[in-house]
Amino acid sequence: MASSNSLMYSLFQRSLEDLIKGIRLQLHGDSSFISKSLDEIRREIKLTDLSTKSIALQKLSYLAALHGVDMSWAAFHAVEVVSSSRFGDKRIGYHAIAQSFNDQTPVLLLITNQLRKDLNSSNEYEVSLALECLSRVGTDDLARDLTSEVFTLLGSSKAFVRKKAIGVVLRVFDKYPDAVKVCFKRLVENLESSDQHILSAVVGVFCELTTKDPRSYLPLAPEFYKILVDSRNTWVLIKVLKVFAKLASIEPRLAKKVADPICEHMRRNVGKSLLFECIRTVVSGLSDQETALKLAVAKIRDFLVDDDPNLKYLGLHALSIVAPKHLWAVLENKEAVVKALSDEDPNVKLEALHLLMAMVNEDNVSEISRILMNYALKSGPLFCNEVIGSVLLACSRNSYEIVVDFDWYLSLLGEMARIPHCQRGQEIGHQLIDIGMRVKDARPELVRISRALLIDPALLGNQSLHPILSAAAWASGEYVEFSKTSYDIAEALLQPRTSLLPPSIRAIYIHSTFKVLVFSLKAYFSAQESTSSPLVEESTSSVSSPENAFTYKSISSLVNMIELGLCSLSGTLDVEVQERAKNVLGFTGMIKHKIAEEVTAQGSEIEASRAVAFMEDVFSEELCPVSATAQEKFPLPDGLELKENLEDLQEICGEFLKPVVESNSNLFSSSEKISFSVARLRISDQQEASSSSSHPPESASLLAEHRKRHGMYYLSSQKSDDHNDSNGNNNTLNEYPPANEISADSFNPKKKMNQSKPRPVVVKLDEGDDFKMKPDASSNDEPLSRAIQTALMGKGKEKEREKDNHERSLDPGIKEQSSRKEKKTKKKNGEKSSKHRSRRRSDKDAIAAKPVEIVDFLL
Amino acid sequence: MSWLTWRVPFQRRLVSSDRSRFLLNSPFPEKMIRFILLQNRQGKTRLAKYYVPLEESEKHKVEYEVHRLVVNRDAKFTNFVEFRTHKVIYRRYAGLFFSVCVDITDNELAYLESIHLFVEILDHFFSNVCELDLVFNFHKVYLILDEFILAGELQETSKRAIIERMSELEKLE
Repeated sequence: MASSNSLMYSLFQRSLEDLIKGIRLQLHGDSSFISKSLDEIRREIKLTDLSTKSIALQKLSYLAALHGVDMSWAAFHAVEVVSSSRFGDKRIGYHAIAQSFNDQTPVLLLITNQLRKDLNSSNEYEVSLALECLSRVGTDDLARDLTSEVFTLLGSSKAFVRKKAIGVVLRVFDKYPDAVKVCFKRLVENLESSDQHILSAVVGVFCELTTKDPRSYLPLAPEFYKILVDSRNTWVLIKVLKVFAKLASIEPRLAKKVADPICEHMRRNVGKSLLFECIRTVVSGLSDQETALKLAVAKIRDFLVDDDPNLKYLGLHALSIVAPKHLWAVLENKEAVVKALSDEDPNVKLEALHLLMAMVNEDNVSEISRILMNYALKSGPLFCNEVIGSVLLACSRNSYEIVVDFDWYLSLLGEMARIPHCQRGQEIGHQLIDIGMRVKDARPELVRISRALLIDPALLGNQSLHPILSAAAWASGEYVEFSKTSYDIAEALLQPRTSLLPPSIRAIYIHSTFKVLVFSLKAYFSAQESTSSPLVEESTSSVSSPENAFTYKSISSLVNMIELGLCSLSGTLDVEVQERAKNVLGFTGMIKHKIAEEVTAQGSEIEASRAVAFMEDVFSEELCPVSATAQEKFPLPDGLELKENLEDLQEICGEFLKPVVESNSNLFSSSEKISFSVARLRISDQQEASSSSSHPPESASLLAEHRKRHGMYYLSSQKSDDHNDSNGNNNTLNEYPPANEISADSFNPKKKMNQSKPRPVVVKLDEGDDFKMKPDASSNDEPLSRAIQTALMGKGKEKEREKDNHERSLDPGIKEQSSRKEKKTKKKNGEKSSKHRSRRRSDKDAIAAKPVEIVDFLL
Repeated sequence: MSWLTWRVPFQRRLVSSDRSRFLLNSPFPEKMIRFILLQNRQGKTRLAKYYVPLEESEKHKVEYEVHRLVVNRDAKFTNFVEFRTHKVIYRRYAGLFFSVCVDITDNELAYLESIHLFVEILDHFFSNVCELDLVFNFHKVYLILDEFILAGELQETSKRAIIERMSELEKLE
């Protein structure tokens, strides 16, 4: 029964064509048909008849490739089909293997022998199938076991086979670096082949190898040079140019040598792809070669004015490569670049944008920003935000290096916030605060802009702009002393529409209102004091400008407005908002009473102004940027256990700590992490003053809340109090570097002295030593580059390193083998020769001969 | 300013980093072709060959994303799109999109030329090729492709050589 069944299956098996037709006939989704066919395939593939099996496998490959059916289950059947003697079956099998096998496929080991058999086959088409398969699925084991076969094929008389073997070498080297010892010589010999197909393949391999580790291939420069001069094959030349671009980056003398032939190619009427490769090689690696660069820039100009968008894009791209070193090339083409901003293709626009940003300096920044803002207004959301982001980035680079007029820049930030598509709220908000802290002279304008932003109704509705509002609210509260109309600011902060904002931002609004209130009261009281007793020293006389002179009437209307605005919030659900509102209300309740008393009886004024003076003290200390490395400079006090106790804390309240940790852009001192302190809590709980006030106003009461709940994870209050003191008063403890230390270079004398409006001081911290990553030196230790360096250079140094590595990592057998090899190479000491054959045979000789040879070639 | 890096193209920023890792982990991440795709306008894949190991589900995502990227591009646009950390060079022939994914620094024009060469070979082989030819001769298309590209490297740039090889292979079947 079973056998008749199988006969039936093979007799009436659907071919691939039937399957495809069947799928095409399905009108309403093909999934049921496919699963039916899969069932068929599962039955057919189990039959012993190889041709039935192979057709089933072919159908499965089709379904897997184009309909995403899983075919990993058929791995073993693919191995069976490959063993067929029929070429057609074998092809189907190899195709299935290449398509579905990966390094983890368990039956992979079963194909080693089959591959070896086919690699040794006399039929070049079978060899080619096996090579293709190896190039796709070669694992470490396969590469090791089949190295000798590949080596043989590298010398095959059939160009077609040799070409493919060369292609496979790449995979073999990668998986089994020791294969270099065997195959490298033959690979290099192929560089001298006259057959363009072979040359193309071998240059392709070297292009890959060189990209990974250019230094090892420097000795082959003469061979590549010969190809560069002689070859007329576009593809070969492109690859050789890529090789030279890499080599020239580590051997500057090469650049001079290859500049001429490259110019030759550019002057010849070559294809656009080769021309572009020449341009790219020149602008990226040979930009010190003047003639070559000039020629390349001239060719770039041709690209820029071409109608083909591809060429235009590539022209811009090439300019962007050359821009950092030779800005003149970009400036020469400025019109074309600006024009490209209005191109239809986003790629072209983006590239033009990057170029414009590369051109920006302090003289043209306002002009370029103007152009870009106009484009941002006109274009879609994606490009618009790209433009805004670029301008923000360029202007803020290196502590606002290119910005001279901060009033202008702040108004630009305000303008950006009002662009309808703007989504860069986070960055704009960050910069508003950053400038407020760094640039004292910009604060009056900052407050003005902030108020304008606060009362702009359009901003409230756009969620991504909320960070701007939060920053504006903070700035207008913090720097209220620079404002002429603190009443208006309070009004803006209390407008009813703030209910649209998320609670965290509303809390900032409320806190800023509080600051405004305290400032106004202080101004009022000091004015009163000075009228009643003119001899009293005024601490804040400088800030109370005539516009801010408060009368009893105006101050009580301010207090009333604040009370009115906040009383509805005292019952809100959000704890942060509620707590802050209650704090302010408590304060106003107290102070209102005092003010009223004061009018009637002058005697109690001391008491009232004392309460206000407390609060004034809290806010009067200036917030300064703090270097991200400040914490490191502070020696750890004895007995302070940071890690042990706080590790758990990180887990529990990671959310709260994170913003502080992440703001390493000098916003707040990282040392404050440790000292979010009792003193701080008292401020918000009981309005008590503390000497340290340089704390972020946000998160303080959240932390208080948290402290109540997780008290055991906090340091003892005694300790943090001490710590806090040392933090606030720099004078008491000498070890702690002043938080707002200003480095010498911030007063850069070379900066425009003849400017009509002098650039304000920008507080800049010692950023030099932060965030610098050391280059990873480990890449050189890749086994492949080691092997190749040994094969090619044979430098003693490399060899020693190799030996070391072997000794460290490999088993004794291999160690012995490698040292034996060394001995062998040391024995041979043949005559000097430029031929690779001898070079490889006598490594020792190469050590002496090689460097000399490069020099000869270069001179 | 570590919170922003200079020159991050916007397509790239949309991709979570772990997904693009697949394409980066190939043995030689520099110059080779990552995959070649043939898709019609509806997004049906007619040929897909990957030169880097990818999970089946990942392949689907790649095909879907590439189709989305290229299908709505205007004829006046460039033939290059950034795709995750790489770039796709595509060309449209009638309703078929030929897309090659290569490294960001590779030569765009050379791949455009090779796509065109591949199409010319198909056209010659099937004499006036159409989408149906590719559907019904799926294995032959792969054979041609294997002659054309090996291990992610362009193997053969001569149209004549490939066509000759194909006719010999036909005889063997």
